[in-house]
Amino acid sequence: MRVTMTVNGETMTADNVWEGESLLFVLRERLALPGSKNACEQGECGSCTVLLDDVPVCACLVAAGQAAGRQVLTVEGLRALAGQEQLHPVQQAFIDAGAVQCGFCTPGLIVQAYHLLRHSRGVPADPDIREALAGNLCRCTGYEKILDAVRLAAGRPGDAV
Amino acid sequence: MTATEQHGAPAAFGPMRRKEDARFVRGRGSYVDDIVLPGMLHGAVLRSPHAHARITSIDTAAAEAHPKVKAVITGQTLAGLNLAWMPTLSNDTQAVLATDKVRFQGQEVAFVVAEDRYSARDALELIEVDYEALPAVVDARRALDADAPVIRDDVDGRTDNHIFDWETGAAARTEEVFRDAEVTVAEDILYPRVHPAPLETCGAVADFDKVTGKLTVWETTQAPHAHRTLYAIVAGLPEHKIRVISPDIGGGFGGKVGIYPGYVCAVVGSIVTGKPVKWVEDRSENLMSTAFARDFHMRGEVAASRDGRIRAVRVSVLADHGAFNGTAQPTKYPAGFFGVFTGSYDLEAADCKVTGVYTNKAPGGVAYACSFRITEAVYLVERMVDVLAYRLGMDPAELRMRNLLRPDQFPYSSQTGWVYDSGDYQRQLALAMELAGYQELRAEQRERRERGELMGIGVSFFTEAVGAGPRKHMDILGLGMADGADLQMHPTGKAVLRISVQTQGQGHETTFAQIVANELGIPADDVEVVHGDTDSTPFGLGTYGSRSTPVSGAATAVVARKVRERARIVASAMLEVSPDDLEWDGARWFVRGDPDQGKTIPEIAFAAHSSLELPDGVEGHLDAQTVYNPPSLTYPSGAYICVVEVDPGTGGVKLRRLVAVDDCGVRINPMIVEGQVHGGLADGVGMALMQVIAFDSDGNCLGGSFMDYLLPTAMECPSWELGETVTPSPHHPIGAKGVGESATVGSPPAVVNAVIDALRPYGVRHADMPLTPAQIWRTIQGRPFRTDLAIT
Repeated sequence: MRVTMTVNGETMTADNVWEGESLLFVLRERLALPGSKNACEQGECGSCTVLLDDVPVCACLVAAGQAAGRQVLTVEGLRALAGQEQLHPVQQAFIDAGAVQCGFCTPGLIVQAYHLLRHSRGVPADPDIREALAGNLCRCTGYEKILDAVRLAAGRPGDAV
Repeated sequence: MTATEQHGAPAAFGPMRRKEDARFVRGRGSYVDDIVLPGMLHGAVLRSPHAHARITSIDTAAAEAHPKVKAVITGQTLAGLNLAWMPTLSNDTQAVLATDKVRFQGQEVAFVVAEDRYSARDALELIEVDYEALPAVVDARRALDADAPVIRDDVDGRTDNHIFDWETGAAARTEEVFRDAEVTVAEDILYPRVHPAPLETCGAVADFDKVTGKLTVWETTQAPHAHRTLYAIVAGLPEHKIRVISPDIGGGFGGKVGIYPGYVCAVVGSIVTGKPVKWVEDRSENLMSTAFARDFHMRGEVAASRDGRIRAVRVSVLADHGAFNGTAQPTKYPAGFFGVFTGSYDLEAADCKVTGVYTNKAPGGVAYACSFRITEAVYLVERMVDVLAYRLGMDPAELRMRNLLRPDQFPYSSQTGWVYDSGDYQRQLALAMELAGYQELRAEQRERRERGELMGIGVSFFTEAVGAGPRKHMDILGLGMADGADLQMHPTGKAVLRISVQTQGQGHETTFAQIVANELGIPADDVEVVHGDTDSTPFGLGTYGSRSTPVSGAATAVVARKVRERARIVASAMLEVSPDDLEWDGARWFVRGDPDQGKTIPEIAFAAHSSLELPDGVEGHLDAQTVYNPPSLTYPSGAYICVVEVDPGTGGVKLRRLVAVDDCGVRINPMIVEGQVHGGLADGVGMALMQVIAFDSDGNCLGGSFMDYLLPTAMECPSWELGETVTPSPHHPIGAKGVGESATVGSPPAVVNAVIDALRPYGVRHADMPLTPAQIWRTIQGRPFRTDLAIT
């Protein structure tokens, strides 16, 4: 089947999509957006987190057909929000706080953190950050510097946050 | 919170932002699964549903008839190429694809190559395998029973499941001390099987070019050079026609050191089809078939005086190695570096015996930030010190303080022959106690106990031995553990450093640039670090066992110093003075007594490439190479204190605080070091409270998904509290010691000791990890269970 959706603000079409194909597979294998990572394909780790109509979802658990006609935001789209060559404040904060190690969970966490901050006023409380990120596993950082990054981004001006 | 000390770190050292992050935060990292080649096919592995079964037939006809399938490879196919079995990193053999029997659930049986991943998976279901189920050896403690089924009957003459016996220390002398001791304690302690579970599973893209005969393999490997050599030896391919590329790696932790059957199948698939073949395992395959960690069944004994002097430690271990002995560790240490079980204490005697056995479980053993089994050693001794403290009625911090090695005892030769290089242990533990507010915590605990509340405080102190290792003593399959470094200086003073080790998140591109910057007085941004490609880096054994900074970091400093010395001669020609009249000020060679006359490295680099007349015998350019053969291991240490609360109604643990004071010598990039420690602390919380790979009586793996194998999330982790002391390694060129595994080693006993301390009102002296609510509840009832088997 043919699936058309808006990804990172751009209309994109994938052909020959099998009904059982995941949104993650279509993004990575058909739309050349490999930023979202496949780490468990069971909806348990959050590495493939994208926003579907502004709701964080595990792209591995969403059938591609379910995304037809809807808005998808991936980690690749955050930069576009901030202007082509600039980093989004959430991305910059991950660098500044040292919140990245192997980088495999990073795209999902950045999308999740972006969503949290978009729907928060000021710097969210510690338990709220932890709860928002609880669906995203990280095996390297022990989460501390990721929390630092979220707080850092929340305290910085930025149109998109 | 961080408590730091002044230690005069050089200017280039500091919390520099990581160079690699610009790509990662954009989703532009390039991992194996992101590699796409023209015409690439996809592989999938058929795995055994049984833990132990004889294969009576395999019928691949229906799979081969699938319109999108390009090849089906079985053990028979591989046997024709002499590749059905491959050597492991412990001088054993492992089936690539099973021919005679399957020996663990999840073992590789067949490999399908198809046009896409979904078709490859579909075709797996079309392969008919007839199995004759055999009784499985699941309980390691029954593996040596006379009637235990023999797992490795592929080896001629093998009649049991015994792998090795290994002993260290002095048995007779230890027995003497035990006989003479005022107090002895003993405890059975299990370090259960866990899995490192990096977020990126294992995978490979193999591309064999029939015209040039060159094989290129992109792999999730921590040791690209060792893999290349092994492929050459195993497959008979010429080594110069093999290129192993380890691109961005999504976490390794030791699980990506060995060669997995899937890699070999991808290579064979590419040779057979003439197309590139990608194979990436799924999460369950990763958890069920790639290297596990630990699985040490230990009995610890301590002899002491009544006033709390620890005199001797004795340990016996039953090591469950699974169906193939595939531990990735230096050849002559079948139990890894378990010999440091004497801990951080000055003992009169020590003795240890380890027996390794086969069981019908996945192979592995040394994978998961364990420093070659130091996790097990430290857990054993730190648990035993608490058992002793319980028996003596002493405060566990005070008992440790009384027995820790003193600074004047270094270098210290342990009773098992390890030479600890440096440390200031009392100061380190005192700092941890100060940061934690130890005395106040004990006062709070007394108060709360009176109210019937369960609060626990756990202490651990560890010494690590990392940076393997001296070539004379350490090799893996005959490959010595020395690492090369090449430093190329461009005419404009920019540098390219090529190293043999491979980051899996440790930030080598940043840290190693800082080392060069520090030696040459140039900005770290002017140093490009090249790694992970055997065609463009010098040979070395890779990144694991916290060896990158101790070995490759040393190589980097040494090669940069070579460049600096070459620069000195060129500078002498530029300044028309003798090299002996030049001094280095951190950024320039200048004329002694005339500091205005000096040249920076970029100035010298340009001159070295110019028409400047150089002294006779001096080559142009500044490039240099080195191979670093470490003179000794380095010995990081740590003092950790954990505070928990336990709900007596549910057995649930609330982890309140975890204080970690690490001494990893000189810190090159404190931000990265902190991140390494944080990650290890989370590991400790996971292993102590949540993570276990257990099996039922048929050998079914009970930890085969993230729904069954629980990993800590941001909800389970507290805000870590770090401190540091700095005792530079006396033999490392920049005094660094390595930190990648310290917290994974040191935190499990701190957390477990805290929980057991909380349960003291119930008279609990020990219970095995993971301390899940069920295990704690049963422990309170006096019936702790074996966590390695299905709960009974």
